[in-house]
Amino acid sequence: MSDDMKVVEDLTQSEYKWGFTTNIEADEAPKGLNENIIRFISAKKNEPEWMTQWRLKAYRHWLTMEEPKWPKVKYDPIDYQDVKYYSAPKKKPELDSMDEVDPELLKTFEKLGIPLEEQKRLAGVAVDAVFDSVSVATTFRETLHEKGIIFCSISEAIREHPELIKKYMGSVVPYTDNYFAALNSAVFTDGSFVYIPKGVRCPMELSTYFRINAMETGQFERTLIIADEGSYVSYLEGCTAPMRDENQLHAAVVELVTLDNAEIKYSTVQNWYPGNKEGKGGIYNFVTKRGICRGKNSKISWTQVETGSAITWKYPSCILQGENSIGEFYSVAVTNNYQQADTGTKMIHIGKNSKSTIVSKGISAGRSDNSYRGLVKVLKSAEGARNFSQCDSMLMGDKCGAHTFPYIEVDNDSAMVEHEATTSKVGEDQIFYLNQRGISTEDAVNMIVNGFCKEVFNELPMEFAVEAQKLLAISLEGSVG
Amino acid sequence: MLSIKELKAQVEGKDILKGLNLEVKAGEVHAIMGPNGSGKSTLANVLAGNEGYEVTGGEVIFENKNLLEMDPEDRAREGLFLAFQYPIEIPGISNSTFLKTAINEIRKYKGLPEIAAKEFLVLMREKAKILGMDDNLISRSVNTGFSGGEKKRNEIFQLLMLNPKLAILDETDSGLDIDALRIVSNGVNEFRSRDNSVIVVTHYQRLLDYIVPDFVHVLYKGKIIKSGGKELALELEEKGYDWVKNSELTAASV
Amino acid sequence: MTNKIGAKQWYLENFKIFESKLNGESESSFHKVRHGALRKLQELEFPTVKNEEWKYTNVKPVLNQNFTPAANLKFKTDNSILKQEYLFEGFDHHLIVFVNGLFNPELSNIGRLPQGVIVDNLKSTIKNRPELVEKFLHRSKIITAFDALNALYAYDGLFIFIPEGKALVKPIHVMYINGDNETNVLSQPKNTIIAESNSQVSVITNYVGTGSKNYFSNIVTEVFTDANAVVDLYKIQNEKTDSFHIERTEIHQKKESVFSHFNISFGGALIRNDINSTLDDEFCECNFNGLYLANDKQHVDNHTFVDHATPNCLSNELYKGILDDESHGVFNGKILVRKDAQKTNAYQSNKTVLMSKKATIDTKPQLEIYADDVKCSHGATVGHLDDTAFFYIRSRGVPSSIAKSMLIRAFVSDVIEKVKIESLKEKLNHMIFEHLNREEI
Repeated sequence: MSDDMKVVEDLTQSEYKWGFTTNIEADEAPKGLNENIIRFISAKKNEPEWMTQWRLKAYRHWLTMEEPKWPKVKYDPIDYQDVKYYSAPKKKPELDSMDEVDPELLKTFEKLGIPLEEQKRLAGVAVDAVFDSVSVATTFRETLHEKGIIFCSISEAIREHPELIKKYMGSVVPYTDNYFAALNSAVFTDGSFVYIPKGVRCPMELSTYFRINAMETGQFERTLIIADEGSYVSYLEGCTAPMRDENQLHAAVVELVTLDNAEIKYSTVQNWYPGNKEGKGGIYNFVTKRGICRGKNSKISWTQVETGSAITWKYPSCILQGENSIGEFYSVAVTNNYQQADTGTKMIHIGKNSKSTIVSKGISAGRSDNSYRGLVKVLKSAEGARNFSQCDSMLMGDKCGAHTFPYIEVDNDSAMVEHEATTSKVGEDQIFYLNQRGISTEDAVNMIVNGFCKEVFNELPMEFAVEAQKLLAISLEGSVG
Repeated sequence: MLSIKELKAQVEGKDILKGLNLEVKAGEVHAIMGPNGSGKSTLANVLAGNEGYEVTGGEVIFENKNLLEMDPEDRAREGLFLAFQYPIEIPGISNSTFLKTAINEIRKYKGLPEIAAKEFLVLMREKAKILGMDDNLISRSVNTGFSGGEKKRNEIFQLLMLNPKLAILDETDSGLDIDALRIVSNGVNEFRSRDNSVIVVTHYQRLLDYIVPDFVHVLYKGKIIKSGGKELALELEEKGYDWVKNSELTAASV
Repeated sequence: MTNKIGAKQWYLENFKIFESKLNGESESSFHKVRHGALRKLQELEFPTVKNEEWKYTNVKPVLNQNFTPAANLKFKTDNSILKQEYLFEGFDHHLIVFVNGLFNPELSNIGRLPQGVIVDNLKSTIKNRPELVEKFLHRSKIITAFDALNALYAYDGLFIFIPEGKALVKPIHVMYINGDNETNVLSQPKNTIIAESNSQVSVITNYVGTGSKNYFSNIVTEVFTDANAVVDLYKIQNEKTDSFHIERTEIHQKKESVFSHFNISFGGALIRNDINSTLDDEFCECNFNGLYLANDKQHVDNHTFVDHATPNCLSNELYKGILDDESHGVFNGKILVRKDAQKTNAYQSNKTVLMSKKATIDTKPQLEIYADDVKCSHGATVGHLDDTAFFYIRSRGVPSSIAKSMLIRAFVSDVIEKVKIESLKEKLNHMIFEHLNREEI
């Protein structure tokens, strides 16, 4: 037992490996938030006036709102005037090829293992990298362009594809939605935009890496993905940040739209800096992610592996409006040390025969708190709706917490909703059994934890799944009792 | 007794039966064989009136009445019995309550008085004995906590208790060991008579060693593609379904 | 009558009348409890749907009417008020009857009790056994304005005391008859069940309604199970269809005690139960069983909370509901496993069947866990009666109405099976079909 505990300790004490900073001159806005700052951001991005006005409306609405208090997370009040809302690597302007990217930056991405260079073409991943607030490079644009796929930074989309932006931005997450969504709408600096035209199956995984680098900056990216009728896209998102003692704010908005027979698969591996062992520093990850299955037979699938951030507050959701539409949520959330996660999903059934599946695996270690919060709502119109939810928690050590708050609201008698939840720990007998077969305790724990999360990992694209498993092992190094 | 003409049916919008014809006369035992997915269970469920299966064409006359117009319970009262492939568990309702309700409803339909408690008890004991079921099994809730074999046995027990005119056995042999198979077959043979008919739906020939059919039909892609005597079952066992599939293809190409 | 001065003000003002009628009793130390409640009620507001715990239950209809506290009224009660059909038969019992929350000695038939056992009403206990009242009743939790309201007018109610080592063989049958032909009554029994160590008792309560005026039952029940005591509490709630019924049940469990609650809800327009058990000591067992059967526009809200404060305890919860017509069900089951409550086993299951297009359910099973060596699970399902089983039964010649009844019986069977009194099982089955207007089987 004490040996096990030691292994747990060792494992949990391992360091954050992405905590380096990069010395790049940055073009920054001064700290603080007011209408001038918003105009400054908008001007920096060469935005049309309607966009500036939209931001200002969002800002004015934000001023009337209060920070939500209901999540099961605790943190000191955030001083929104003490944050820089814009930071961009200086040597930037327009980049035509990878050669023009600041070599320092490329080195950073290399350290992060991002397949940014040409050689990675073989991996078949197109990447948009967002460094602090600005999209740095998007690869494979030509290949995608041939198919009519638009994959670019959101700033570029605002300039180049205003009709799509006007039609869809804010249509899933309006700026009035919640406090952080309103803030994001006012100050978002970049993010990715994807449009898959009718009948096109995107030939490669699209991917964005987010990196917060500069000090005292917040990151407010905004992603919008539209899958037109009969199209398909798989989108990956990865995030890291340097180690800093003060907390940094990340308030992103992601909107997904699927029309008839379209499918979006959205996978996230979130590894923002979680703070140190004493709970100092780390990212506040307050994110609004929502998709709408607008068309019949359309599908949105969220898969997330959340290992980072000091505080995570995030509920990737699906509005199942189309008949026979499908929503899925697969999640692994790991918390260690003083991390706090309040995460889950909402499945709103509106269309007939809409189906949803929720599989959530929460692992708590150290002194962390890990909550699943979810809503399954079946409206009157959702004849024949089905939902199945499975929420499992695993506790490692007796100083952490695991909580489940599932809300189920059913207004249609033909619906079938099933929710199951269990809480367990890694069993000593399991470890013993594996030890007896010659497996070290550390490997045994990894094996058991990976088994626990398998259903979710199976949903991730291959290379992401491998990365996720490694991350999990590192986040939990030594966490078993 | 039963006349099926050009029967077509769908499950969840997919065509399964595509024009099936079958005549069953009183006293006959018909076996319907076929590979997985050929429509065997669909046929059984359509005949019993399962609302999950949609009839899209054709007609079925049972004892001079239009079967397809009737509710499932009326079909049962007219004398049609389906032994389910997967019998349903009903916790909290004992086998005896369940059967007594069913028997009395069928009797009411026929204008007969309710069965006397004593007579019912005697009947239960007698039929249970044939199937080697003990009293304990009878007082338990319907199929609740029964093993697969016990459930199948309970289906045949219900068959004997309700004594219909036509029994449809949907894969009653699946999951049975040889002893259970023998007991279940005994029960079915007990039911056989000059007035009663049986349709045995099965994938394997094995059951037909015990319940010897008068006719064997091969169901493939929603149609009966070959009919014959009991020797057809043996031939199928030997040569496999590919043999009929191929011969059907040959026939089609001619 | 609609409320012109606001519910809180109304109840605060009526307190003066109540106090003036207490005579000498206002000198008792128990009166301090009422004054504590007075201050609490002044501070608190009645809950609204903005309050997370009341998110799905709007109590406005309860507050829109002025109900007069029963202790302020004189009733003309004749003995025919206790109808034979209210009583559960087939087992010997001690009968105690309350009309509008006030003890009725004429209708009661308590019978002989073993030495030291008390089956009485609160009013006489305040007088006769002030030390017991002081020990158990002076620290009742006041969480909502409804709790404060109950304590403010605390006057009468059930009082059971089973001394150490005594087992009461016959169950105690408690009848609550509420309502009146002339006044909208506020009926507020304050019930206390104390089982000292190694004792045993089974209490069966039945709430029924009478009279032409609607009424409001606002009840607080506290149960103290000392070491190794075994207490069964059955609550069969069959109030009048337009009445309101709110009850808080607090259970305090000591070492190795076993408490089983059966909460069967039939009647009432708006029903809210808060059932909380604190497992204060090791090796306790707590069983919560519930059935809610609603039709018309009934609103039934069950909130349960099991607080695993110590290691090695077991809790088991099974709540099932059948909702017909335009009824609305709410279930909120919370299990808290505190930091040191290792080796906890906690299970919870909530299943609801919707029988009609307009019936709705909001359910929230909740786990909050701070200990790692625990086995906890919860499950919730919402659906309709099983189509395949329905077809199976009909295929045996059973008409659809009876097939439905069979499935209803099958659905409730696992809760009913836990009832330990045989004749009560049959009675409950009967009541279920009667309430749902379904053919009985």
